[in-house]
Amino acid sequence: MSGSLLYLSGVTKSFDGFAAINGLSLVIMPGELRAVIGPNGAGKTTMMDIITGKTHPDRGQVFWKEKVDLSRIDEVAAARLGIGRKFQKPTVIDSLTVAENLELALKGQRGLTARLFGRSSRTMHADIMQIADRIGLAASRNDLAGTLSHGQKQWLEIGMLLAQDPDLMLVDEPAAGMTDEETMRTAELLRSIAGHRAVIVVEHDMDFVRALGCKVTVLHQGRVLAEGPLDFVSANPEVIEVYLGR
Amino acid sequence: MARLIDRRMGVFLAGLFILTVALPMASSAAAGQLVPAYLVSLVGKYLCYALLAVALDLVWGFCGILSLGHGAFFALGGYAMGMYLMRQIGPRGVYGDPVLPDFMVFLNWQELPWFWLGFDRFWFAALMVMAAPGLLAFVFGWFAFRSRVSGVYLSIITQAMTYALMLAFFRNEMGFGGNNGLTDFKDILGLDLTAASTRTGLFVASAVALAGGLMIARWITASRLGRVLVAIRDAEERTRFLGYRVEHYKLFVFTVSAAMAGVAGALYVPQVGIINPGEFSPANSIEIVIWVALGGRGTLIGAALGAFLVTLAKTVLTGWLPELWLFALGGLFIMVTLWLPGGVLGAIETGLTRLRAFASMRTKEIET
Ligand SMILES: Nc1ncnc2c1ncn2[C@@H]1O[C@H](COP(=O)(O)OP(=O)(O)O)[C@@H](O)[C@H]1O
Ligand SMILES: [Mg+2]
Repeated sequence: MSGSLLYLSGVTKSFDGFAAINGLSLVIMPGELRAVIGPNGAGKTTMMDIITGKTHPDRGQVFWKEKVDLSRIDEVAAARLGIGRKFQKPTVIDSLTVAENLELALKGQRGLTARLFGRSSRTMHADIMQIADRIGLAASRNDLAGTLSHGQKQWLEIGMLLAQDPDLMLVDEPAAGMTDEETMRTAELLRSIAGHRAVIVVEHDMDFVRALGCKVTVLHQGRVLAEGPLDFVSANPEVIEVYLGR
Repeated sequence: MARLIDRRMGVFLAGLFILTVALPMASSAAAGQLVPAYLVSLVGKYLCYALLAVALDLVWGFCGILSLGHGAFFALGGYAMGMYLMRQIGPRGVYGDPVLPDFMVFLNWQELPWFWLGFDRFWFAALMVMAAPGLLAFVFGWFAFRSRVSGVYLSIITQAMTYALMLAFFRNEMGFGGNNGLTDFKDILGLDLTAASTRTGLFVASAVALAGGLMIARWITASRLGRVLVAIRDAEERTRFLGYRVEHYKLFVFTVSAAMAGVAGALYVPQVGIINPGEFSPANSIEIVIWVALGGRGTLIGAALGAFLVTLAKTVLTGWLPELWLFALGGLFIMVTLWLPGGVLGAIETGLTRLRAFASMRTKEIET
């Protein structure tokens, strides 16, 4: 599709004969915010694995900005292209401080010698401070990430994605384990991030998805079951049957 | 960037300096041999072990690579130095051959194998001391890290590596003296190895190497690259998704560490007077891990301290109750894992902090 940031068409991926992704097609435009919902085992995480080069599809096309074939590259290359990913289980570097975690993620300088001999610049410090502020961790920037609460770790990981300055952010179940208030603040944060960059959010929490106020894709058995505004898809009888009805 | 010499490092280096100056002086004839002369070489040996422990801590403590094969890198460095020392013997061997070491004459070899060429020159041997283990680590790591072998699997194949090398070096046809290894050294750089001054020189060189190794390791771990290493240790997957080529970082630190272990081995051999295939034994490599764990993993200083303390205890205990040594070592290891998660160094530092807090409380009480 013309102008697309990410384009998946007829993607299939099987594990031991079981099709986790089965003819999946999806288009994401630059700056778009998209929620992906679906029951457990629908293939949401596997879809992210394919987009980030962690898993290679058996069949189908995965294109980045209409020209780069994502089905042939690995995680590192995908990250360098501008695809950031937050894991389902919050993953930060526990024995580094909040600021150090952000510095590590900051765009640029991924090579050995640059890291060995290079020093952090003033602009880097300013960027780190700005991001720490945005994720509400400015006061704890010198605390070890391991001492943060679960919700704060989730934010730090989102902050690390921001520091990477990607064109697409994949966010796997960010609201898991958060209080209601934290959940709403997270939705707000993600909404503010989108526009500048595209964000795909996988989530179970319906209130959270509603708060995102964006187009929703319902995944089921590795395929798109329905797509559209939340009210529209939740009125779909098939969706009610497999997911919302229970 | 963190300071290169922090308080911990400063205290340790100061202690090391005092030891380096005081021990040779105390053992000298001028001081009436306050301590026996053999102590110089014995402590010099401990310093080599300490450097080896620092090398392991660099990969294990900071990058999570639990190598159970670091003894192999140490031994390779030792063999490179041993080859130089063998060629220094010249025509003074039992068989009096001007070029061939005794064991080759004994095996009826007519000429020096190609891989012994160049070892008559010190600079070449010194280069090989680092290049041989470094190259092995590079090739081994290239395959292992690229195929993403990690955790227990990596530990097992490093152990297999050192075991395979031990078997190879036991064979006479390999050309490294087989079972007996390399020994009967006479001099180094033209200096008599039995002379007190040479022994002191080697001891001081070991201390300098330990200090240098610590500084290099500290420089790497305190750099921005060090942060990537820690990230790999704590969350390898995360690091990869941030765009870091994890295998390159692992390969770098593994190779540097192996070269450092090689230097330790090279300084060890002239001080103990022999290198044989036993140095490749898997148990040796496991013992290094115990030193680091006991001393305090991921602290560098702790690793050096651990090596020093454990090998000292080993010397004392094996002289006294040899059967008990392995049990004592096992018991010590269990005790530290259960009660001293930060190792000996961690325990000392918490102890000092508590003492200081207590002291300041007392002064406040007195003031009021
Ligand atoms: N590496 C794998 N090996 C085998 N099966 C897998 C693997 N990854 C995912 N699956 C299977 O694929 C299906 C989809 O999983 P997943 O993408 O994690 O679902 P979701 O994230 O939507 O809950 C599940 O049935 C899961 O068991
Ligand atoms: Mg999932």
